[in-house]
Amino acid sequence: MKLAPLFLGAFAAMLASSVYAETTLTIATVNNGDMIRMQKLTDDFTASNPDIKLDWVTLEENDLRQKVTKDISTKGGQYDVLTIGMYETPIWGAKGWLVELTGLDDPADILPAVSGGLSANGKLYAAPFYGESSFVMYRKDLMAKAGLEMPDAPTWDFILDAAKKMTDRPNGVNGICLRGKAGWGENMAFIGSMANSFGARWFDENWKPQFDTAEWKDTLTTYLSIMKDAGPEGASGNGFSENLALFQSGKCGMWADATAAGSFVIDPKASQVAEHVGFTLAPDKGLGKRANWLWAWALAIPAGSQKVDAAQKFISWATSKHYADLVASKEGWANVPPGTRTSLYNNPEYLKVPFAKMTLESMNAADPTKPTVQPVPYTGVQFVAIPEFQGIGTKVGELFSAALAGQMSADDALAQAQQYTTDVMTKAGYIK
Amino acid sequence: MARAQSNRRIAVMTIIGWTIGILMFFPIFWTAVAAFKTESDAYTLPQNFLTTPWTLENFAIVQERSDYVRYVVNTTLIVVLSTALALALAVPAAWSLAFTPVEKPTSRLSGRAWLAIMLGASGACFIVLYVNGWKVSNFFVGFGLLMLVVIPATIWVWTRNTPGTLLWMLSTKMMPPAGALIPIYLIFNRNGLVFADWGIVDLREFNLMDSLWGMVLLMTLLNLPIFIWMLFSYFKEIPVAILEAARMDGASLWNELFRVLMPMALPGIVSTCLLNIILTWNEAFWSLNLTNKNAAPLSFFISEYSSPEGQFWAKLSAASIMAITPILVIGWFSQRQLVRGLTFGAVK
Repeated sequence: MKLAPLFLGAFAAMLASSVYAETTLTIATVNNGDMIRMQKLTDDFTASNPDIKLDWVTLEENDLRQKVTKDISTKGGQYDVLTIGMYETPIWGAKGWLVELTGLDDPADILPAVSGGLSANGKLYAAPFYGESSFVMYRKDLMAKAGLEMPDAPTWDFILDAAKKMTDRPNGVNGICLRGKAGWGENMAFIGSMANSFGARWFDENWKPQFDTAEWKDTLTTYLSIMKDAGPEGASGNGFSENLALFQSGKCGMWADATAAGSFVIDPKASQVAEHVGFTLAPDKGLGKRANWLWAWALAIPAGSQKVDAAQKFISWATSKHYADLVASKEGWANVPPGTRTSLYNNPEYLKVPFAKMTLESMNAADPTKPTVQPVPYTGVQFVAIPEFQGIGTKVGELFSAALAGQMSADDALAQAQQYTTDVMTKAGYIK
Repeated sequence: MARAQSNRRIAVMTIIGWTIGILMFFPIFWTAVAAFKTESDAYTLPQNFLTTPWTLENFAIVQERSDYVRYVVNTTLIVVLSTALALALAVPAAWSLAFTPVEKPTSRLSGRAWLAIMLGASGACFIVLYVNGWKVSNFFVGFGLLMLVVIPATIWVWTRNTPGTLLWMLSTKMMPPAGALIPIYLIFNRNGLVFADWGIVDLREFNLMDSLWGMVLLMTLLNLPIFIWMLFSYFKEIPVAILEAARMDGASLWNELFRVLMPMALPGIVSTCLLNIILTWNEAFWSLNLTNKNAAPLSFFISEYSSPEGQFWAKLSAASIMAITPILVIGWFSQRQLVRGLTFGAVK
């Protein structure tokens, strides 16, 4: 009889523990500034969801992509929330590897270009956490010194002319800094977007590679020529970080790269030229497409997760308007993840951020469902959303980087790119 | 005249030695300096090593963002346990190879015959698994298939002569790690095991992914060939007559091993352990692929600070310095043992 209270107590404790049973979400994420900031602010989420604990696995982008791909393709179930990009989402969504997202905060508010790039078969498989496009950052003082004025929507002819006129190599100033480091997310992000504006495309409607066309030759020879005349030394090794350092130290007149760079180049603590920086749209050739890309880091749930409800709750919080307000209140509007919601760009406080308007215009100028002048069978602006693209993009990037380093001619690089891509696409069954 | 020439030669060799040493040390020096700079200063070219202001901010950020102590504890556990396990396996193996060598293979079967047997066994397993839809739900069938592959391979290794066994051990280090990534990943990942549920035993309960025991086992197996080779070289230096004398005096096998052989080979054992500690501490490929959080070591910790976009060199350098400092200190205090271990047998 004396044991009865003890059993009752134990039973009550069991009930209590089952009521407050903790769900631990393992979140795999990249280590960029926005994601790190979110980790610091998760108390706001756990305060309203005390039964959910968050475990973070933070990795470099390429390491993360490899780990997540291995896990999801073997149905490993190690992660409950994945940080993936616009490239993977439509492929994995179509394969049934991702859970369709429902219950997001005002999904109609998500920028159409972004939600289009994160969907497959009309279903949204990842919620955008932050989005980016590319634009041109330029030195207003050097532009004035060259006797030029940057238009709001420049053409390639103007950019090429300005780059030559702004170049002052004796004083260490290069007219233009562009990506040259090999990789599908490195030099090919820029050259692929540039090719769209020149009327080139990766594949025709029958998946035949198009590197043997005049448009690609025009793209590559223009890129190599301007980098020779107005680019920095050793440009074939330069990616985002290297060009950022060059621009911040006053060694670039113009820099065409991700809109995410905007906050870095106007930060007076890091940039020696912060007060002279202007922003403008990526250039075009009058063919209806600009040379800007579209990318978003988004949160998704792998089909192997056993904690879908808790994961949906977390993703809904992290991509909500409430989260944007939270970041603004703690760290200022300039640090709110950009490029995901229309409402952010209707906020007068956010529009005071110098690069806000240009980011929105750049993102609206990119359409992943119709990325090129001529019709194509794929989606993706600076990439092609097929599994084979990572390998193809990296190989072509290596060839173009070698051409930039002077190790081969533009014609050789294009011929080899055509041959390699044709072989891969034939083996993969796209070309019959 | 001869002395002057000798002094000149020593001076030239000293300068060359120091130059090579400084060149080799320069990346570490650069990393150490960058760790104490702001991000924008770390990117500035040419580098101002002395004039830029020094800061501890990067170490504070790294400490705030990552649980450094947890990574150190994980690394230490993996290093210590894998070294102890490898030692326990390598000492008897090296003893038998050094003191009871086998001159000729004890099997009469040719290499081709063994290859045919092993390929046949693997093919039989493949067919059974294919017919069963890559799943085995009966314990006896699962265990039988496992033995079908393991037993011929074990007998083949068992019947090699000593040089053949040593060469086989070394050959396991010849394949690039990436070549074995997918099979090992699937073995570590409980859902990738085709032998998952055997009815009596459900192997999915023994998930090695992101577990300390998985990493200890893997590091042990990765370094075991080097362990055995180095101990074999040390043991070969010990005259067999000493062991025979111990046996004549009535020493048991246990006493011969632990009271005679190991005390004499202690410097070699220590240097082998030190080399294993350094290799395991710095291992990155498997750690990045097979751990996430629970068993993540310091190499994983460093990778958290690399990024294709943004400025991260200073923070990455600070994380690298925090990761390598313990092993640098161990290496510094044990360099004499290490050099002896690495150059052993080079000059006789």
